[in-house]
Amino acid sequence: MIAIVDYGMGNLRSVENALRRLGADFRVTADAGAIRSADRVLLPGVGNAAEAMENLRRAGLVDVIRRLRRPVLGICVGMQVMCRHTEEGDADCIGLFDARVKRFAAAENVKVPHMGWNRIGNLESKLFKGMQDGEYVYFVHSYYPELCPDTIATAEHGVMFSAALKYENFYGTQFHPEKSGDAGEMIIGNFLRL
Amino acid sequence: MVAKRIIPCLDVKGGRTVKGINFEGLRDVGDAVELGSYYARSGADELVYLDISATREERGTFTRLVERIADEINIPFTVGGGIGSVEDAARLLDAGADKISINSAAIASPSLIDRIASRYGSQFVVVAIDARCMEDGVWRATTHGGSRPTDKELFSWAREAQERGAGEILFTSMNHDGTRSGYPCGTFARLAEVLSIPVIASGGAGSVSDIAEVLTAGRADAALAASIFHYGEITIGDLKRQLKQKNINVRI
Repeated sequence: MIAIVDYGMGNLRSVENALRRLGADFRVTADAGAIRSADRVLLPGVGNAAEAMENLRRAGLVDVIRRLRRPVLGICVGMQVMCRHTEEGDADCIGLFDARVKRFAAAENVKVPHMGWNRIGNLESKLFKGMQDGEYVYFVHSYYPELCPDTIATAEHGVMFSAALKYENFYGTQFHPEKSGDAGEMIIGNFLRL
Repeated sequence: MVAKRIIPCLDVKGGRTVKGINFEGLRDVGDAVELGSYYARSGADELVYLDISATREERGTFTRLVERIADEINIPFTVGGGIGSVEDAARLLDAGADKISINSAAIASPSLIDRIASRYGSQFVVVAIDARCMEDGVWRATTHGGSRPTDKELFSWAREAQERGAGEILFTSMNHDGTRSGYPCGTFARLAEVLSIPVIASGGAGSVSDIAEVLTAGRADAALAASIFHYGEITIGDLKRQLKQKNINVRI
């Protein structure tokens, strides 16, 4: 069973739909026991990362997530909260990935939010099995995790940043695989088979 | 670098698309989910569904349709038409929409942008502006399909929408919409200059060159079109290949 963590950060429907299309057995939950016993844990998230962190704390889920030993995938803000710190609301985060999360600086040809399809490269993980550098995926965000030793995919939007991170059994994507067409479905499928 | 987006717009009434021809491999062009899925497979980067229903019953149908779209389609989609309150936006978010587009209601009550954006994030809010270049040369936002000018000047209104939390601006020139004579690229370029959020160009595309021009000289981040796709004049795949040949960064 796959647990989709419901901690009050945006709509989970698109993640649910993606899992349903892949025929996966999942449950949307905020229950620590259900999350601990799940084979896979998905931590989605849309919105403000500082608020996401606060919601996880209030729900008593920070340590639950930190101690998980099965594969965990954070998406967008769900990944950012697994980083060390975010500039958004100057908040300390869970600290699994060795990256800080910073805000994009708007410039000519660098719109903020970074919204749309962008290429990912330097792919280094089973998460991207069957894919090649240069694949397009869908991003919507104003803050990004910097490059770090945990980076397993990069993208460029004014700066090079971590499009995906991995530390032990924890994975994160800044883009939305659930909205990235066939490429995204392949990534979620790979995560389910890790 | 983020790719320029090509976005087909589907008009929906009573849960069915109202324009389009039957493409090969498409069973029912009136089925909004099937047509959207066809466009997604052809390379559309996002979809926009515009509810042009007039009655309450038809609007209820639209919400159920949005649920079906969210179930089936694996690329982002925006819904618009008749969204007048935070509750309307919430209902469509719950149904699975990735973004909502607001137009007249934002002009009538600009704080609607703040209220939706602060609750659901800027990425969820597209502010659509139908503007017309007046005789004095000033671009003014209009309502009622371009027939009623408002006191809102295009550039300052777009800027205000951004400051209130809009994540994107969808700009249609009512002087060009439906004419298929191309876009006012100078106006688009100026819009790109005054905004830091993405701009979607709409209304006026008659050819591949028009779209290429608004994405380059007009500095638009995305182009939205209806007729040229619905009537099979060009497929999205062919359009994107031709744009790529012109060195425009598109996802293929």
